[in-house]
Amino acid sequence: MPKKAQILETFLALKKNKAALVGLLIIVVMVVVACFPQSLAPNDPIKRNLAQRLKPGFWAGREFAQYPLGTDYLGRCILSRIIWGTRTSLLVGFIAVVISTVLGLILGVFSGYFGGWMDTILMRVVDVMFAFPSILLAITIMAALGPGLEKAMIAIGIVYTPQMARVVRSAVLVIREMDYIEAERALGASHSRIIWHHVLPNAIAPVIVYATLSTAGAILDAAALGFLGLGALPPTPEWGAMLSGSRQALTAGAWWAATFPGIAIMCAVLGLNLLGDGMRDLLDPRLRM
Amino acid sequence: MKRYLVKRLLLIIPVLLGVSMIVFFLVRLAPGDPAKVLAGEHASPEFIQAVREKWGLDKPLYVQYFIWLRSVLRGDLGVSIATHTPVLQELLTRFPATLELSIVAMFIAILVGVTAGIISAVRQYSIFDYLSMTGALFGISMPVFWLGLMLMLIFGLRFDLLPISGRLSPEVTLRTVTGLHLLDALLTWNGRAFLDALAHLVLPGVALGTIPAALIARMTRSSMLEVIRQDFIRTERAKGLPEKTVIYKHALRNALIPIITVIGMEFGLLLGGAILTETVFAWPGLGRYTVDAVYARDYPAIQGAVLFIALTFVLVNLFTDLLYASINPRIRYR
Repeated sequence: MPKKAQILETFLALKKNKAALVGLLIIVVMVVVACFPQSLAPNDPIKRNLAQRLKPGFWAGREFAQYPLGTDYLGRCILSRIIWGTRTSLLVGFIAVVISTVLGLILGVFSGYFGGWMDTILMRVVDVMFAFPSILLAITIMAALGPGLEKAMIAIGIVYTPQMARVVRSAVLVIREMDYIEAERALGASHSRIIWHHVLPNAIAPVIVYATLSTAGAILDAAALGFLGLGALPPTPEWGAMLSGSRQALTAGAWWAATFPGIAIMCAVLGLNLLGDGMRDLLDPRLRM
Repeated sequence: MKRYLVKRLLLIIPVLLGVSMIVFFLVRLAPGDPAKVLAGEHASPEFIQAVREKWGLDKPLYVQYFIWLRSVLRGDLGVSIATHTPVLQELLTRFPATLELSIVAMFIAILVGVTAGIISAVRQYSIFDYLSMTGALFGISMPVFWLGLMLMLIFGLRFDLLPISGRLSPEVTLRTVTGLHLLDALLTWNGRAFLDALAHLVLPGVALGTIPAALIARMTRSSMLEVIRQDFIRTERAKGLPEKTVIYKHALRNALIPIITVIGMEFGLLLGGAILTETVFAWPGLGRYTVDAVYARDYPAIQGAVLFIALTFVLVNLFTDLLYASINPRIRYR
């Protein structure tokens, strides 16, 4: 089947799954917001206005319309920070997952395809990494590297690699035994040809599903690092970091400072989970829960 | 079973060695002289020299690792830079707080998750099913620290029903026996402290238990649905067994295996979530200790805490695996 038709068919099947479609819609909207924050945000996300600290938003009356979702403890527009934060959070999630997918593909294909001692060693390393709760491993890596957005991407990318490597490996183990691989080998095809032309294309479905679902996890973990003050450095607008000062805001009665950034995180994660679940049902029915 | 047990116990040794290596190299990855990293930025030159000698930091790396490993095995995790007390001692005083919180959270998660899952499966496509599965979807999409903040906002600040930080109110006294406040209050017959400790546990417990509850509910539902559709259940219904016996005695028992696996896996999530929940609720446990240590660049404390949490996690996983194997004999012979 030509590729175009395949993509179209996938999309048509996805269209039947309402939940996945809602997820796709949420993600598309978020991507658009992330692409054009400058034209969507009503205010400068970084500019402080100490005279306007912790002011409520539109619900308090028309005179507060300048900051629709209120201001934070430094008098910055919360809506604008959420809009700019969309770019940060999606980017962190995306890049972290790209890192883990590339590493996971390399490790998983090698250990699944070649097997032997390399497989044993790699899988033991994976076991060791599984001995850490994911956020603890991320915090540990951040403790060594120091805070910062780029480092958070690397840390989360590393944290998600073992699971991806396992997903790839188990797919490759099945593909390796297929008759068409044996046929290729009998024809004298090189390992690299078999891997690039036959193993990888057939292993891609579970990788896409797992990558989508782990983007949701990566966004949550990035927000957690930001919340702990280990991710994005101030004044970069990032959803998790926006929540880190909000305990004080809460006790001061400014509920909006703690509420809206969390809703933004939840929407993004919800969208990715819906889309991921839908794609799993579509591409890899065996994984269905 | 004995052979499986031995095999499983032997398998955790390489994992623990790997964990110790990661924790050891953590300090080497940190920028700067490892002696200064371990002694703290403001340490005197004499103290830095003492640290260097104690951990053999002028020797080759593998020698350093074995020196470190030997003292770790003896229970010496070094001295905290921030408080100058032995790290192991600090970890042990904080561990009961995390344990108590995790147990309460897990209790809430299992109670809510399994109940909701069973009802959803039995009444598939009912309003309850729809609502609880939507709730579960939101549950797994929420950041745990944000949920904590929201609970704090609604129940702690808006309605002032429950305390929002710490484990006990300052005016309440409690003699420490085990470090688990609820248990200590029972042992010392201290009703006031029991209620106070319980009230302090509600919000962090609910915050920490929600995500596992959502996952358990989803797993229970799908596992129950799979079992309910099988022939033996149809036979039992045809025999005229009461629906309650069919569901709780036969269906649930068969659906339990994947549910237990998920519960075991959630414990890791719980330990991770505890790091964030404890930060939100100022809960004096291991998680908050780890985060404070990271802020203070207190590397001996970070090393100790990470090692301790990872060890707990490995042991919990081992325990789940054994439980799983004792329920499902097929696993043992793989």
